[in-house]
Order: sequence, then structure tokens, then C-alpha cells
Amino acid sequence: MFVPCGDSVPDLAGHTLLMPAVSVGNVGQLAIDLIISTLNMHKIGYFYTDCLVPMVGNNPYATAEENSTELCINAEVYSLPSKKLVALQLRSIFIKYKSKPFCEKLLSWVKSSNCAKVIVLSSSHSYHRNDLQLRSTPFRYLLTPIVPKSVQNRIQSLNWEEMEKSPCIPEIDDSEFCIRIPGGGITKTLYDEGCSKEIPVVVLLKFVSEGDNIPDALGLVEYLNEWLQIIKPCCDDPTASALQWKMPSSWRLLFGSGLPPALF
Amino acid sequence: MAATFFGEVVKAPCRAGTEDQEEEEEGRRETAEDREVRRQLARKREVRLFRRQTKTSLEVSLLEKYPCSKFIIAIGNNAVAFLSSFVMNSGAWEEVGCAKLWNEWCRTTDTTHLSPAKSFCMFYHLKSNPSVVLCQCNCYVAEDQQYQWLEKVFGSCPKKNMQVMILTCRHVTDYKTSESTSSLHSPFLKALKTQNFKEPPCCPLLEQPNIVHDLPAAVLSYCQVWKIPAVLYLCYTDVMKLDLITVEAFRPILSSRSLKGLVKNIPQSTEILKKLMTTNEIQSNIYT
Repeated sequence: MFVPCGDSVPDLAGHTLLMPAVSVGNVGQLAIDLIISTLNMHKIGYFYTDCLVPMVGNNPYATAEENSTELCINAEVYSLPSKKLVALQLRSIFIKYKSKPFCEKLLSWVKSSNCAKVIVLSSSHSYHRNDLQLRSTPFRYLLTPIVPKSVQNRIQSLNWEEMEKSPCIPEIDDSEFCIRIPGGGITKTLYDEGCSKEIPVVVLLKFVSEGDNIPDALGLVEYLNEWLQIIKPCCDDPTASALQWKMPSSWRLLFGSGLPPALF
Repeated sequence: MAATFFGEVVKAPCRAGTEDQEEEEEGRRETAEDREVRRQLARKREVRLFRRQTKTSLEVSLLEKYPCSKFIIAIGNNAVAFLSSFVMNSGAWEEVGCAKLWNEWCRTTDTTHLSPAKSFCMFYHLKSNPSVVLCQCNCYVAEDQQYQWLEKVFGSCPKKNMQVMILTCRHVTDYKTSESTSSLHSPFLKALKTQNFKEPPCCPLLEQPNIVHDLPAAVLSYCQVWKIPAVLYLCYTDVMKLDLITVEAFRPILSSRSLKGLVKNIPQSTEILKKLMTTNEIQSNIYT
């Protein structure tokens, strides 16, 4: 359930909710971190649930001593009222059998808050790509039928690739085709529930492998930015635009502590 | 998939946790029998609170039955030993409840004699001031049991006029620092506090990118969300079994406002601690 930080429940009507799926390489979560950090979004509440493994730590977006001591938990909601943007960050994995209940609770909150649309940032195993996908861009999108025509038209004008259907049971030749997102966590569930409950859900994902997924996260936010224009591109040079995204201070030591000198 | 050095292709572990597609397919293939097994397993893993004296379960949450202004919880053997020696030695503490749970790592014990080697989760209040409640939790509470534990202890109505203190330990290799962990002087204490906890902590705060999980994180998250003042004191140590030096590392906490009035007889405490250590050493050999 959503618990506000302050005394009153903020009005999220007409807002766009950005959220990650906990997926391969944690790309969606890294992307949301970049968005919250770059746009300096402020925390408006918690999504308190028994579906995620508990975790706490100090402010992952701290920029100075003064703001470094704010305690953060596993599911928090941030907002940027000027752009009518709300971001939900998920920082831990689902407890077994709790992913579907989470999706139900989340989408019920989205409906009751009257959010305009939900954008899910996700990823899928790159080793599952077919020959055509190997040769094309690694980014894909998916829209639920209720997504407004204006959004559909805008995305079509960007010449993006829609996520292809693949055999439901790959081993069988005449298997039916359906959307499969291996390694995508709750992405498929959110998409399916969005379709059946008539909630505008846009999925943006990238085919990735586990490793240093920071470049993948930067790629995904740039992909999102092509559409939403949340930060104005400074020039046409793609390398320069990637520098506009501010990495949070918590991204230090992603691969562990320093090495013992005696090792060498 | 990933190829190993020897050329075999193996399924690479995914940082995203369980493969949800597999879980979904598992759900579709589940028979009535599977569902019954799952239900029975869930029942076996239920966290129950009861009073050992009367052998009855608590119908309401513990803190609804025993309203408290101060809740102190020690999680793990070293934190439990610290509270036993330095806090529970002074004043008379009455047992008010006991949590019974089972998981793959532990089964809580029913015996009355609680040694450091056994798994238990006991609740006490101070006879002279029953609004001070203490919990000694020596068992591992699994991730699917943590929220249940919270509900059974704190209930669903958050209590505002309460302060919470959590003590626990973690292995020093969990601590992320730009130096190598071998150069750290462990044990050392770090703190995390909720927004409403205004007192200065007794040690430095835990810096990012370090995080805490398990039951201590569950309790602190609950306190942060429901605006309860709470502090977690985390001792990073390289000895996870019962260890004198690790327990002594919690000493700075004795000067905190939360423990004021509860701590007396410090020389006696050291004796009690030494006795706890010897009892444990006698038990921990390959013949027992």
C-alpha cells in the first residue's frame, strides 16, 4: 500500500508513473536510479508491501553530508510535479509466489490514483534473441491496447521496434505465438494485467546480459528520453548526451570492496 | 546462458532473482495436490506467538497486549549475549511471550533453559516498568516469515509513542569500502536511524552503498514507514559465532538515552558474559 511521507496523500491524477521491473542486469532499476538522481526527484512516499524482501540503507542519491542520512527502504515513490512524473523504485527481489499479488496491488493503486499511464523499464535475456533480433536494435516496446492514440502515434513516428511474438513452447514446431519476456521479471505480468484491466502500460526494454549494466541503463534512459524528452538533449552527439545523466553516489563499489594489496 | 572456461554452456544465475516465467508456468502446472502441499508448507512456516507459562497463543499482536514505550530487540547470538549480560542482569524481567517458527535453517526450541547454542525468540518486559519490552531473537527468521513476525509483534496499527532499538551483527565481508576489507579493524559499530529518531547515534552512520537486510531491515523499514523513532546498531565482525570481543563492541550503546536507567552493574556484566562464553565453548565441539 502507498504510505505518504507527509500527512496528506499527494494527488497523482494525470501523472505518468515510471517504474522498473526487477529484471536481468537490474537495468530497469538502474535506469530509474538515473532518472531520480538526474531530475533530483523528491521522495513522496513508500509502497509498503510484504511482497518484497526487506532492505534499508541511507539515502542512495545523497549529494552532500546533510542529505546523506535519510533512511530509504525497498520500495519508494518519488515525484517531479513540474513534469507530472512519478517514479517508483524497487530495490529488492520478490518473495517467492508474491510477484503476482504485488502486480495486483500495484495496478490497483495506479487505478485508484488515476495515473495517466505506467511506463515499465525492463530488460530481457539477450541470449534468447532470434536471428532477426540479433541483427536489429536491442530496444523494444510494448503498449497495452488502451494506451492513448497520441502516444501510439508518437512512438510509431520514432520508428521503434515492437516486441515480437515468439513460440509459446519453443520446442514444438506448430506452437502458438505469444509475447515472451525471458528474464523480464514481472514485465509480462504487468503487461497482461494492463491489457485485461484496461490500464495504459508502456513497456520499454533492452536485450542485455548480466555484467556491468550501467551502459545498458544509460541506453534505456536515452531510449525513453527520445520519446518523453525528460531532459533536453544538448546536441546531436550521442556520447555527449549520455553525460547528462547523473549517476547516484550509491553506485560506488558496485562490484565489491577494494582489493587487498597483498593479492598482487 | 554463459560458456565456462571448459567450453560447457551453463545457465547463468540472474540477479533479478527467480525467473518469473518459470514461477508462472509452475502456477499453471500446479495440481490440487501441489496446492495442498504448498498450503501445508505455508502452515508449517507460520510464525506463532504464545505464552509458555499458559501454553496459549496470543490472540492479538504482542505490543497490543503489552503496550510499550521502549522496544529493544537483539537479533543474533552476539547481540543477544550483549543484552543478556548488560541489560537483563539488572532488574527483574518477566517473560511475556515466545515466537515459535520453523524454516530450513532453524526450529525454535521449546525448552526452558535457553543456551546460546539454541534457537529462540523470547519477549520480556521489565517488572518495575512494564512499558519496556525486550526481545532476544537468536533464530533466523526467513524472508517469507519476516512480515508475519512484524504483524504478530507490532500488529497492523502502528504505535506512535514508542521508541525502538535494534542490535545485530553482520560479517565484515558484507561491508563495502574502497579499501580492502582485510585492512578494516573489526569489530566496529555502525548505525542506521529513522527520520523521527532525533537523538545522536552512539557511533557513525552506515554509509552508502552499504545496506541491511533480513529481520533488522524489516523492523527498521516498518518504523520508517510508520514514523516510529528507531535506531539500528550494526556490529561488523569477522567472528559470527559467540565472541567476547564482538559483544564488547556494542559497549558504546550503553551511554544511549534508550538504555539509560536500564543498565547497572557493569563489572558483573563482564562476569556474566564470560560465563556465557564458557558454556558455549563446552557445547561446541564435534562430540556434542
